[in-house]
Amino acid sequence: MNSIILRTTTRLMLPLLLLFSVLLLLLGHNQPGGGFAGGLLAAAAYALYGMAHDAGAARKLLRVPPGMLIAGGLGIALLSGLVGAIMGREVFLSAWTEVNLPLIGHAKLGTPMLFDLGVYFTVVGVTLAMIFALREE
Amino acid sequence: MQVLLAIVVGVVYAASIYLMLRRNIVKLAIGLALFGHASNLLIFTAGGLTRGKPPIVPEGADAPAAMVADPLPHALILTAIVIGFGVLAFSLVLVHRTYQMTGQDDTDHMRSAET
Amino acid sequence: MLQSVLLILGLAALAPWVHRLAGRWSARLYASVGAGLFAYFASLAPRVYASEPIAQRWEWIEALHVAISFRLDGLALVFAFLVTGVGALILLYAGAYMKDHPRVGAFFASLLLFMASMLGLVLADNVVTLFIFWELTSVSSFLLIGFDRQREGARRAAMQALLVTGLGGMALLGGLAMLATAAGSWELHEIAASGGAIRAHALFLPAFALVALGAFTKSAQFPFHFWLPNAMEAPTPVSAYLHSSTMVKAGVYLLARLHPALGGNDVWFHTLTWVGAATFVVGGLLATRETAMKRILAYTTVASLGALVMMLGVGTQAALVAMSAFLVAHALYKGALFLIAGAVDHEAGEKYVDRLGGLRRAMPLTAACAAIAALSMAGVPPTLGFIAKETILEGVAHDTLGWTLLALATLGSTLTVAAAAIVGLRPFFGRPRETPRTAHDPGPEMLAGPFILAALGLIGGLMPALFADSIVSATATTVGGAPIEKHLHLWHGFTLALALSAAALVVGAAIALLAARWRRALAPIGALSRFGPERLYGAGLGALNVLAVSLTGVYQNGRLRRYTTVVFVFTGLLVGASLVRLGALSGLTGLDRVYPFDAIVCMAIIAGAIAAICAKGRLGAVAALGIVGYGVTVLYVVYGAPDLALTLVSVETLTVILFVLVLYHLPRFAIYTSRAARVRDMVIAVSFGAVMCLLTLIAADVQFSPTISEWFVENSVPKGKGRNIVNVILVDFRALDTMGEITVLGVAAIGVHALLKLKPAAASDGGDES
Repeated sequence: MNSIILRTTTRLMLPLLLLFSVLLLLLGHNQPGGGFAGGLLAAAAYALYGMAHDAGAARKLLRVPPGMLIAGGLGIALLSGLVGAIMGREVFLSAWTEVNLPLIGHAKLGTPMLFDLGVYFTVVGVTLAMIFALREE
Repeated sequence: MQVLLAIVVGVVYAASIYLMLRRNIVKLAIGLALFGHASNLLIFTAGGLTRGKPPIVPEGADAPAAMVADPLPHALILTAIVIGFGVLAFSLVLVHRTYQMTGQDDTDHMRSAET
Repeated sequence: MLQSVLLILGLAALAPWVHRLAGRWSARLYASVGAGLFAYFASLAPRVYASEPIAQRWEWIEALHVAISFRLDGLALVFAFLVTGVGALILLYAGAYMKDHPRVGAFFASLLLFMASMLGLVLADNVVTLFIFWELTSVSSFLLIGFDRQREGARRAAMQALLVTGLGGMALLGGLAMLATAAGSWELHEIAASGGAIRAHALFLPAFALVALGAFTKSAQFPFHFWLPNAMEAPTPVSAYLHSSTMVKAGVYLLARLHPALGGNDVWFHTLTWVGAATFVVGGLLATRETAMKRILAYTTVASLGALVMMLGVGTQAALVAMSAFLVAHALYKGALFLIAGAVDHEAGEKYVDRLGGLRRAMPLTAACAAIAALSMAGVPPTLGFIAKETILEGVAHDTLGWTLLALATLGSTLTVAAAAIVGLRPFFGRPRETPRTAHDPGPEMLAGPFILAALGLIGGLMPALFADSIVSATATTVGGAPIEKHLHLWHGFTLALALSAAALVVGAAIALLAARWRRALAPIGALSRFGPERLYGAGLGALNVLAVSLTGVYQNGRLRRYTTVVFVFTGLLVGASLVRLGALSGLTGLDRVYPFDAIVCMAIIAGAIAAICAKGRLGAVAALGIVGYGVTVLYVVYGAPDLALTLVSVETLTVILFVLVLYHLPRFAIYTSRAARVRDMVIAVSFGAVMCLLTLIAADVQFSPTISEWFVENSVPKGKGRNIVNVILVDFRALDTMGEITVLGVAAIGVHALLKLKPAAASDGGDES
């Protein structure tokens, strides 16, 4: 797998794929996509990069260890569920708020979106933890 | 299309079972992957086929105007795909480690763990 | 009442620590608690005897009619007296008897656990509560029989007792559930009150058979009697308490409790009367064959339990009075004799009657107690045993019952007389014999039990009005289901019973005098026992083991594909059989519209699946798997599932990467299986595929209740504030499920990490373990 073409392609593809995966995550509540699809795409992008180069390079590019991503993702998802409990309602009952953001304008923010973010990080972490470990064998 | 899809489900199941009954451990893993596809397609077909109408509400509306595909099987299958992938990855790593430890890819020679 | 059970349970839990703190005083503490509880129940007695049962009730699982309910009536009270009163004396005795044993704490924990369970058993009113305590007594009996766990004999006897009584327990559970169904209530006193409905119910016969099986195994009735003599492996206080006074009477207790519901008909009469009579005689015969004191006593206990069951079977008012009187008399003299046998073994070091004699000089107090208890057992006036035996003979000396039963009862009594003389009199009288230890009377703690029990047997006979009348009347009233008032008397005039009783005494005494010759005459029974029920038990157990080993060897032969085959063959058969049974195959609709594009995709998937089987190389197989995966992705796109397609396309890419990474280290494909095996697997695979194909067709035709999906579709925007309904389901409506799912993913990652990153040191060092 020491192909220059593959290396160059993956280096160029990585940012594009990552951008697409973030779009999938953010628009997933209203369009096809979501945390699972987005997370798997991001993981696939890093995994391809890791195949073309080596796991160390991909790890360096990821900056955060996959294990931390798993823990963080699960933590975010759990926290989003506990918001309902803290507000004195049922666990995992969603809560929404509407804000006016600069540039984007009027937007609805809710705990389900936070939950999807947790899913995203968990999926990326799990997949990359497995693939990097195997790549390093 | 139901009949054709049912045949697809049957063929993929048959192929997966045949591979899972091999002694070669890699064939076993490929059979496992095929098994996941077959099961997902089974749920998908059983949930009712609706061609070209994804379960997405149009902008500004409260509910889809016409009938759309049933979203519930989709949600079930989506999680099944991801879990299936996790199981497959784990079993592949297991295959790898087993081969490392025993030097065997024949499951008939992996009996020491039983005794 | 619940409090008393909980109090003993608490003591049981603390017993090891109490023993460490209090040492020898711990047994005295337990004994005083037992005596206190005896006094508590005695204080409740006047109310109970005034026909005013005391009830307590806590709801537990209302939907299943399970409650913790207790009810103290005449029958429960007499057993509560036995459990606490005899229990207190035995706890005191055990403190001295076991004082040198290293595991005294554990011993008292088990013994107190038993005491609590037995008390709960006799007080329980709810069927489920009763059953739980019933099983607890079996468990604690197992622990106590096998207490000397180093000895194989003790372990085997414990297992035998557990298996026999446990099997009966299972039958009992089924029988009780049927009874409760028939009676429409799970409270025993209501079941007892609805006897008419139960006897008319279709479940009456099976319920009776199962309950009887449970009671007969527990109370060691012939042919299930063999576990009880073996249980003598237990320390003597245990034998005296569990295997003579209390636990083995649980079966009798239950039959007595259910007599108003099940009794009064031919099935009940013939089963109980004849099983009881047979046990009475067989127990007596086997008792006079033995020479070990405890085994003689064990077989006479079997005989006495038979007599109790026999009287329950007869079921007349006189018979129920006899049952109640004998219950009390037996508990008193048998408890005393067991404790005396233990004392002789403890102080003289000898347990075989044919090597004992003239101990009355060395152990005068013990000999006195033994003599009184033995006279009560033999039914010599003026003891309570005499009155009990008279009432029994009177109970069966009834014109309608015929002479057979009376003859059997007389024979049983004769053998009991002989056994009483052999075990209670011969060791103490006659020519003194050498004993391994210099015999002397035991200390007051070990004498208190025999003395009090024997004395009560004597006082009960001399002055029945003091306590025996009221106890017997109240017990018989509960069992009979109608008020019975009885005054016991020593003197009944010259009756048939008295004549038979005298004859039994004379013949029994003669047998005891000629004991050695009698044993030789009975030697053929030993040969007969080779075909006896114990032999059957051993053979059954052995056959079960052989069957289990061979069956497990067939489907768990250590080869993975055998396991896979078993799973898929049975799944396929089950699914296929239900499809056929439901007649679903006939309802298939005809062919529907086929889209050319979709058909091509389907063909590609089928081709990919076949290629995966046929591929010679590993990468070819992975590529074929990819074709199937991407084909399925296209189907998801076509049939309105873009989320699935987006997910699956990434998963397929990652799957290929994973396979490539793993295959890199693995050898090429080799063909391991024979041609015949391949054909066989092909048949299994194709059959399973065909079943799943049919299942798909039928499932697609079935319209599930659509309300769930409709709710999601309609509420996605208003409640979930998202237009992608699938995503809203995943992250909002069913977020808790998704949370569980991503947790599973995290666990899988930990598993992979453990497999790859945490290798044992020996493997990486190239050590000899790898």
